[in-house]
Amino acid sequence: MAESIVMIALSPTMQDGVIAEWIAEEGQAVKPGDALCEVETDKATMPYESPVSGTVLKIVKAAGQTAAVGEIIAVLGKPGEDWAAVIAGATPVAERPAAGPSAGVTSTEASFPALGPIEPTVAAPAAPPLSAPPAAPRASTASAPSSPAGASPSSPAGIPPSSPLARRLARDGSVDLRTLRGSGPHGRVVARDIMAAAGKDTVNADAPKSAAPGGASIGMASRGLRDERVPLSRMRSIIAKRLGDSYSEAPHFFVRAAIDMERLLELRAAVNEGRDKPIGLNAFVMKLTAAALERHPLVNASWEGDAIRYRPAADIGLAVSLDAGLITPVVRACERKGVEDIDAELADMVARARSGALKPEEYADASFTVSNLGQYGVEEFTAIINPPGSAILTLGAVSKEAVVRGDAIVARRTMRVTLSSDHRVIDGAVAAAFVAELKALLEEPALALV
Amino acid sequence: MAVISYREALNRAMDEEMARDPMVVLMGEEVAQYDGAYKVSRGLLGKYGPERVLDTPITELGFTGLGVGAAIAGVRPVVEWMTHNFALLALDQVVNEAAKLRHMSGGGLSVPIVFRGPNGPAEYLSSQHSQGLASYWAHVPGLKVVAPANPADAYGLLKSAIRDDDPVVVLESEMMYGDKGEVPDGEYLVQIGKASVVRSGSGISLVAFGRPVKYALEAAALLEKRGIDAEVVDLRSLRPLDEETVMASVRKTGRAVVVDESWPAASVGAYVAHRIATVCFDALDAPVGFVSSEDVPMPYNHALELAVQPSADKIVAAVLRALYLEE
Repeated sequence: MAESIVMIALSPTMQDGVIAEWIAEEGQAVKPGDALCEVETDKATMPYESPVSGTVLKIVKAAGQTAAVGEIIAVLGKPGEDWAAVIAGATPVAERPAAGPSAGVTSTEASFPALGPIEPTVAAPAAPPLSAPPAAPRASTASAPSSPAGASPSSPAGIPPSSPLARRLARDGSVDLRTLRGSGPHGRVVARDIMAAAGKDTVNADAPKSAAPGGASIGMASRGLRDERVPLSRMRSIIAKRLGDSYSEAPHFFVRAAIDMERLLELRAAVNEGRDKPIGLNAFVMKLTAAALERHPLVNASWEGDAIRYRPAADIGLAVSLDAGLITPVVRACERKGVEDIDAELADMVARARSGALKPEEYADASFTVSNLGQYGVEEFTAIINPPGSAILTLGAVSKEAVVRGDAIVARRTMRVTLSSDHRVIDGAVAAAFVAELKALLEEPALALV
Repeated sequence: MAVISYREALNRAMDEEMARDPMVVLMGEEVAQYDGAYKVSRGLLGKYGPERVLDTPITELGFTGLGVGAAIAGVRPVVEWMTHNFALLALDQVVNEAAKLRHMSGGGLSVPIVFRGPNGPAEYLSSQHSQGLASYWAHVPGLKVVAPANPADAYGLLKSAIRDDDPVVVLESEMMYGDKGEVPDGEYLVQIGKASVVRSGSGISLVAFGRPVKYALEAAALLEKRGIDAEVVDLRSLRPLDEETVMASVRKTGRAVVVDESWPAASVGAYVAHRIATVCFDALDAPVGFVSSEDVPMPYNHALELAVQPSADKIVAAVLRALYLEE
């Protein structure tokens, strides 16, 4: 039977996504895991992998169009099947007749709490919270099929199949199932997906011991506990070696700043106006970081034991978390590239990093690194230097803070950054001057033109 | 603790119970002069004499009925079936008489009898003599059914069965009679209706009874090498079924694979899987896996004979599916 493929939340904060490009064409057969299209989210461009086998019968959302989470973007099935009926048959959740045992339905519905404390913090589109009642569909381009009245991003097709245990863990841990891509058969969300979403690194996905009837409920914190010894993956041993060496050999010191982001966010909004593919915030930060490095070349350097090597280009790595660890794709010579090019390179490399297709030369030898945990809502954090670079810059969440301007207190979108520097290479005054320059550039990007 | 064979453990249980209670008798084909077709009754004729250790004609319905009648009259017979394949001839006496009389007499009669013998596939025996018939007995209210998977349980369960005031069917295994294991030196009983966690783990519950418990333990050892920590639950008693122990294990691990050497349809394993899926629904992360014999009469060809039965490899494959590690 033909199945609708709906936009899913590819990041915890994503509420809609732009189809950057279709990789599969109408009439093409795909397997689970094959990339159907590239989706531009608020953070990065990500491949959308097919959850099922079948032939692409109809592409509903063309490249460049925006789809809310839950909206149909394509229909898959056997050649010749009626895709139009699938689209016409999509019904909003409230009108969907109850199916199966009532206990199952109850637990499914109960497992969709509001997102909780982690709110979109960086340039999130103004969209209703997921728990809001169905709203009118967002205006989409004329060629998009009209949805039945009342259809909303929370259409049933947006709810992935899930195991009973996954539903209970999601409910208990306030994880929104709709934000997940299930790793089980037919896209089924299973316990390990919830664990991953809740930040629990897990191999065996142990179930809680709290399920005895009448037993006290135990929070997520205890669910991942287990007595287990997991041999290191290759990636994990490399991370351990590199970061262990870096932290023990390089004397780290930290310089912090709070940065007013209003101007940069306005600039970004202006640049993205009318663009099919909005440019992510990281690309702007990396571009302006490169400008700051040009003005403070002492920061763009490597420790070589008996010498310090000053690097001729701002080769900036961006820390990207993967299921198995993390990786830092490097955009070379950011000082000579525009934000559009930086963004495109990042999108390409991040997507390939997630599919394990990044080449070693693409993630090695950064002269400077940026790490952004803003999407998790953290205010600020410190990072360990990623050799051979001598400094790493961390970005916290962009959030409104009360700021004194003149004699008034105003709410300004603010981002806190921390620079970790290797004191063998970079002295305190050098780091402070660099951070001050970076703050000035991020607060008034026009200075980069001077 | 002495290391003795499963066969010796059964023999010791009967010997001790015959010494303890003069009403305990043993009857069956070749149990006396020949020491039993599988030598389980070795030495008992010499010890207790022909009035308590009786060779019977090759008439399962007849001597099983004789045992039921004697049990009603106060004797505590142990009826040995040469194998459960032949016990099909005696179904009526077990199902319609032994299992029903307490109920139909309003509690006035009891039938303290044990039916025992090897059940399940053996080797090179083809279709009629190599089949798992546990569900024929486990299906019937009024019976108790146990399936020891090691010498200690063979000893402790058979002693409990002989002392029980209701009919108990004991499923032994021809392929395990020579298996050795530690059995406590002093007298001890294994309570009927209690399962045993024979290997503790946190990643998945393997639930089995009888000989497949061995396959489950082999599978758990293979899985350990892959970093998967399997718990193995030996049901030991099929009726009554110790749901408490099974469900506690599944609630802990969130996943289960049931193993049964019978055919899949209407089997004990299928029932256990159904109970897990029902009782532990909210704890499950994957459908309950089920490894049974293939749904065919036992082939004679040895390679095929092995291929249709559960094995450690088949259990490992089912576990990997339940953990979403393989399709």
